[in-house]
Amino acid sequence: MNRLLASASIVTLLALGACGEEKKEEAQQAAPAASNTTATTEAAPAATPAPAPAAAEIKQGGSMIVTFKDDLPTLDPAIGYDWKNWSVIKSVFDGLLDYKPGTTEIVPDLAESFETSADGLTYTFKLRQGVKFHNGREMKAADVKYSLERMINPATTSPGAGYYAGIKGFAEFQAGTATEVAGITTPDDYTVKLELTAPDATTLHLLALNFSYVVPKEEVEKSGLDFGKKPVGTGAYKVTEWTSGQKIVLDRNADYFKAGLPRLDKITFEIGQEPVVALLRLQKGEIDIAGDGIPPAKFEEIMNDPASKDLVITADQLHTGYVAMNVTMKPFDNVAVRQAVNMAINKDRIVKLINDRAVPANQPLPPAMPGYDTSYKGYAFDVEGAKAKLKEAGPEAGFETDLYVMNTDPQPRIAQAIQQDLATIGIKVNLKSQDMGTVIAAGGKKDGAPMIWSGGMAWIADFPDPSNFYTVILGCGGAVEGGWNWSWYCNEALDKRAREANAITDPAKAGERAIAWGKIFTDLMADAPWAPVFNEKAYVVHSKRVAGPNGIFADPIHIPVNYDEVYATDVK
Amino acid sequence: MAGYLLRRLFHALLTLIGISLITFIILFALPGDPVNRVAGRMANDQQKALVREQLGLDRPLWEQYGRYVGKLATGDLGRSFMQRSEVSELVGARLPATLWLMLAAIVCELVIGLSIGAVAAFRRNTLLDQSVMVGAFVFVSAPQFLLGYTLLYVFAVWLGWFPIGGYGSLSQIVLPALTLGLLGGGWYARMMRSSVIEVLRQDFVRTARAKGLSRLRIVFVHIVPNAILPIIAMVGIDIGIFMSGIVVVESVFGWPGIGQLTWQAIQQLDIPIIMGVTLVSACAIVLGNLLADLAAPLIDPRIRLK
Amino acid sequence: MVIGAILKRKLALLGLIVIAIFAAAAILAPWLAPYDPTVSPGDFAAPPSAQFWFGTDLLGRDFLSRLIYGARATLIIGILANGIAVLIGTVIGVTAGYLRGWVGSALMRFTDLMMAFPALLLAILLAAIFDPSLWIVVLVIAMVSWVQIARVVYAETISLAEREYVVAVRSVGASSARIILRHILPHLVPTLIVWGTLGIATTSLFEATLSFLGIGVQPPTPSWGNMVNENQTYFEAAPWLVFIPGIAIGLLALSFNLIGDALRDILDPTLRGRH
Repeated sequence: MNRLLASASIVTLLALGACGEEKKEEAQQAAPAASNTTATTEAAPAATPAPAPAAAEIKQGGSMIVTFKDDLPTLDPAIGYDWKNWSVIKSVFDGLLDYKPGTTEIVPDLAESFETSADGLTYTFKLRQGVKFHNGREMKAADVKYSLERMINPATTSPGAGYYAGIKGFAEFQAGTATEVAGITTPDDYTVKLELTAPDATTLHLLALNFSYVVPKEEVEKSGLDFGKKPVGTGAYKVTEWTSGQKIVLDRNADYFKAGLPRLDKITFEIGQEPVVALLRLQKGEIDIAGDGIPPAKFEEIMNDPASKDLVITADQLHTGYVAMNVTMKPFDNVAVRQAVNMAINKDRIVKLINDRAVPANQPLPPAMPGYDTSYKGYAFDVEGAKAKLKEAGPEAGFETDLYVMNTDPQPRIAQAIQQDLATIGIKVNLKSQDMGTVIAAGGKKDGAPMIWSGGMAWIADFPDPSNFYTVILGCGGAVEGGWNWSWYCNEALDKRAREANAITDPAKAGERAIAWGKIFTDLMADAPWAPVFNEKAYVVHSKRVAGPNGIFADPIHIPVNYDEVYATDVK
Repeated sequence: MAGYLLRRLFHALLTLIGISLITFIILFALPGDPVNRVAGRMANDQQKALVREQLGLDRPLWEQYGRYVGKLATGDLGRSFMQRSEVSELVGARLPATLWLMLAAIVCELVIGLSIGAVAAFRRNTLLDQSVMVGAFVFVSAPQFLLGYTLLYVFAVWLGWFPIGGYGSLSQIVLPALTLGLLGGGWYARMMRSSVIEVLRQDFVRTARAKGLSRLRIVFVHIVPNAILPIIAMVGIDIGIFMSGIVVVESVFGWPGIGQLTWQAIQQLDIPIIMGVTLVSACAIVLGNLLADLAAPLIDPRIRLK
Repeated sequence: MVIGAILKRKLALLGLIVIAIFAAAAILAPWLAPYDPTVSPGDFAAPPSAQFWFGTDLLGRDFLSRLIYGARATLIIGILANGIAVLIGTVIGVTAGYLRGWVGSALMRFTDLMMAFPALLLAILLAAIFDPSLWIVVLVIAMVSWVQIARVVYAETISLAEREYVVAVRSVGASSARIILRHILPHLVPTLIVWGTLGIATTSLFEATLSFLGIGVQPPTPSWGNMVNENQTYFEAAPWLVFIPGIAIGLLALSFNLIGDALRDILDPTLRGRH
């Protein structure tokens, strides 16, 4: 996903962090929360403190300072697609649905309840009444329709519009032959109806995704292209000050519709702070959250320092770093060669190379994703086995090929480790260490890149659903010119199974669906279009002054923290 | 004089147009397609085509360039593809940091270079002179990052006198400015040394010295006015060197200048930002060169303008 | 003056020795290096020890061996890129200076234009267009380095072309090619030698800068510049990984600068100032 693309190096990156080891099961089952086929899901109680300490401990008030090296790009929810602004947008705007803090469980948000039709084609949302935009006007159904249509409108150039292509009338509206999206209707001021062309189990996720968040038409029209700098939403915080390149101030929205939230009065984002400097300031207590995380050079020092290490929160994230092998190019058109590559890469060594900030991977899905198959063993590291495979692949074992890699540390280093590993089985790899744009372009050309190391550009899920790891990066749809399926793997049978799995919209069958998806990925590994290498972990470091219920730091959805839920410990 | 200035400005304009054209052509020769980024990974061909149209990238190259220059004439640098902000705003947010650093670096260069050069000249052919001048040579031969990291390691990590990096306070500008100042100061020192030696040889200075005039006075009354021409010319050239090479120092010290913005824009194929930064930098370089050329006749009327 | 001049020559001699050592390392690398520079016999970032004199890098490779092999790419780029730059600069400068007229002014306008181009930015963009290799790095550096030389050669050619004997041979009908080859180029040789030497210092430093940004020689081939780039995040934890190759680059540049400076004094004392 693009959110990653903005960052220079994986190690300064904190991306979608998911639940830790102990919460894996919860994540496994975290599918849409509605109950039966035509069931209604009631809104969670207004204040939704997750596993929080006793409410008496938390006092509303106080403030915190978060630092980032680079400016936050736009806060326009239709456009923002960067790991830094993703969570800020969630605090300024709201969507029909959201995730329960600290989890990947979907709960109603601006919607009070919703119904799904038996055929999975129609979703009806009842809106919460009395929710006000920051400008004081009440949010109504027309705003939801406007916001979705604005996002879909090509003039907005939303990077997320493609997700919503399943809504009836999407193509006509985009092409300009219809003035509105036929599948989005508003029977009354507090009802929104969504019709799809085919059942799709990810629909609820799409309505919890930032791109679908609700914006007030009058403010968008007033600010024009600058709406992203002057955002007005319904969220817990409102933007009161924005000095480009210096700071952004969020103030508490006193009219927020969830009682007791947000807990802080003010959040200040200081821009232009190097990660190393930010960390030093955090240790001195000058700031509360180092938004860019822990730079590699400081990592061991922090982790070995008893005073600092308690303030570091580690979490798995929905990320997989992999080597894509182009199955249309020789000799990777031979499955035995791809399997040999899988067996030859010493993943433990590579993980050690990046300070153990990851776990070795054996399948495309990361462990925190529903559908991850814990029983699947993948290809074990086996140099002799790899040599044998390679021999089986062709008369001449050993060949020369290119590995593309993004030219920012540590990616070239990781690629060199892979290069060394492959050399031991007789594959001579030439590195093409280039800028990100060039590598992505090579991957999107059919005969562009035989191998790509995905680091720095890798896929991190936009929403916690296994389909998000297939469609674009492993499915036939992505294996096109300019596409993101860099292995050019296209398996019609798996595509069909993917479509079938996505058509399982019955929430009761969510577990079954996750298993079906997991099987798609492990079956796909038999063809080995990827060599999955590792799943990165997220590290968030915060000051003693701020705290929150478990799971909201390194929240699966919010990076580096769920701003609505964090509170100050020094409020009297 | 006015005619000369006009001609120079006209040439500067032509230069900028030429640079924008070359950059434009190079950018379109790059292998990537920005539409694949802007439209997001989920976009199909049809959606990509629509986005391409929105960005104006479906037009022939010459038409796109014409539009760009047209907007440029009204002072509009365009909008960033990825960051979705006005390029002028993005560059404007970063430029002050770069300009501050440049100014501080020039001050450092002058202070270091001129004082060392003068001292070496007064103590000509002594051990001090020779070691100082070899030292100056060592600095002009040092790679930027090496000197940067050395200063960072010694003064920030070991001694803890300065912050490890960052931007905002006066103490943070010292090390990056000193890095650039030491690197460039060597050239000023060499130049200053030979100017001073030349002046010292002249009769009136000998007389002044014989009369017991203080060295400081000699430096300020006789030497500085003589050396100021080449100094200004060198400052002009330095502006160009800083504008095109400051990215390394910015990256070592985490200085949030335009270097980092450019680097990110290149990784993301954000054409409007790359164009904007190139033009802003080229403007500074052209101005620097102009300054160098203009300084000469303004200060010394004996030098005629061509 | 005499003492100074001798000292300068001594320094130049020192520079020559340093370069000779580096060149020997580059040529004899397979025999000198204790290990293969691309394999990892050691731990990640092991400090210097009896087994690994300069320690190991972040991939566990012997740093001394990489340094020895790294001299190859570094020297090839420094010398070749500057050679091409001198060649381009000379061709453009002589052509413009001899022909003058619209051809000359067009060439010099173009030179001015390139002079105002932010060099590093141009190099980064050019490098992104081509498939990366050592030769592309050479070409890219040459492309941004010829400008100064062209301007100097242009100025000298103009003054040479106006000298009486040149005017005289021209009036007896000597061809332009003959005049350039026989009467102009030979007089440019001192300038070109000085620039050819000093320029290597500049191009070596430029290679280091490009490598620092990750746009240099492709890994795992070592160059001193990309060795710094690979290890720079550890400048605090394992400083030798950054400082050793950094110092090597500095020494190389310093040596060429010293020799160039001495040559300038010997060949043409009127050439002064910043190059």
